[in-house]
Amino acid sequence: MKYAYYPGCSLGTSAEEYDVSTREVLKRLGVELSEIPDWTCCGASAVEPVSRLLTLALPARNLALTERECPGLDMLVPCSACYLNHLRVGRECATDRALPGRINEALGAEGLSYAGKVRVRHLLDVLASDVGPKAVAAQVSHSLEGLSVAPYYGCQALRPFALFDDPEHPRSMEPLISALGATVFGWDMGGRCCGASLMATRRDVALVSVAAILDAAAGADVIVTVCPMCQMNLEAYQSQAHHADTISVLYLPQLLGLAFGLSDEQTLLDKNLAMTDALKGKLRACEAASA
Amino acid sequence: MKNMHTPIAFTPAPLVFQDEALAEIQSMVRACMQCGTCTASCPNSFAMDLAPRQMWRMLLFGLKQEVLESRTFWLCSSCYSCTLRCPRGLPLTAAMAALKRLAAAEGDAVNRKKALFYQEFMQNVEQNGRIQEMGFMCHYFLAMHDPLLPLEYGPLGLKLLAKGKLHLGDSTQRGRLGPLFAKVRSMEEAS
Repeated sequence: MKYAYYPGCSLGTSAEEYDVSTREVLKRLGVELSEIPDWTCCGASAVEPVSRLLTLALPARNLALTERECPGLDMLVPCSACYLNHLRVGRECATDRALPGRINEALGAEGLSYAGKVRVRHLLDVLASDVGPKAVAAQVSHSLEGLSVAPYYGCQALRPFALFDDPEHPRSMEPLISALGATVFGWDMGGRCCGASLMATRRDVALVSVAAILDAAAGADVIVTVCPMCQMNLEAYQSQAHHADTISVLYLPQLLGLAFGLSDEQTLLDKNLAMTDALKGKLRACEAASA
Repeated sequence: MKNMHTPIAFTPAPLVFQDEALAEIQSMVRACMQCGTCTASCPNSFAMDLAPRQMWRMLLFGLKQEVLESRTFWLCSSCYSCTLRCPRGLPLTAAMAALKRLAAAEGDAVNRKKALFYQEFMQNVEQNGRIQEMGFMCHYFLAMHDPLLPLEYGPLGLKLLAKGKLHLGDSTQRGRLGPLFAKVRSMEEAS
């Protein structure tokens, strides 16, 4: 298994632990990554309120590079906003015949063109569909038995395109969590919006969503996410959301890495802002039980 | 009676949709049947002054100024719940973004200030090729002219600093997107 890897900007700065744990866990699972050379920002969720054409041209630039430099490979994207931006290019070109021409006219500024051949995949899709829970279970050396994990999917990995999961009742993380020996925390907030960039523009509104999600996670040991924005919103504003108990919010590959027995340098748990003593205690108990 | 068969000189009514930006958004919501699934699905509707369902109707009535005076579209967090569930399959999240563009171009000072967050972000992307989170937030604070705003981010800034996450970021791609931005700008000005 080999993929063209698009880390995205957050994974180079505030979500470094997502990048490192993704690379390490996939390496352990025998998945090869080839980072797309010369990749640039996809515009995140800020580009569409600024320019419609740029919304498609920015990700199309990365897709064109993938097509030329990594022919035949699917593009693997860990960030949900990056994922949707890249996915949209093909989806919108399929319904608007004039669009491919306009996008390629823009890409012409750099001598690039995109023929629409790249399949865009979310990291969760690759883990759940291509790798699968059996291959994950085969790597588990430190069972997470007794750990209650709340799967948080966020928005843009699920919506608006239902490609690898049910966007109303997402389940794709559950077999992976079970494969680690952990227990899936049952809740219905897995697809509830975290507020996204409203955390910067209308924090009062975003905090209502964050509080609702954190309250619903009461009883779980850890929330697991697959998006750097969701992770930051759920983790960094817990006290402002007037949430009494802090809860750790890990990236899915960090949780996999713990169960695989990866080193601290590979899981980078110390980069998380809300690594609670309660979770550390639970993890030690898991380790003692499996030793 | 003879007159009845005389062709009446007919002057076509002036085109109703001369406003292209408005017409683009109207075309996105034309088939709205006012069911309200969008409003019921929106996690932020509690903070909106116009319910999304109401807003689509007002747009179709041509009440552009009234819509631009509301704060509804600025509260869209692009969760795509409405787009997923709309029984007419309308691109409602994209319509919200189109309204943000319209408000930035034609709106009042309040609207232009709300647009700054997105514009500052994209200016940083244009300069650096990859977004530099810290530089972007600093420019955003300056552009907002609100001395209290940076203080709100103080606690988060300290946490990020302690984790070694507060650094200038990747500058290897600086200037890389200049040609693409320039080309898109010239194409959009021409159309």
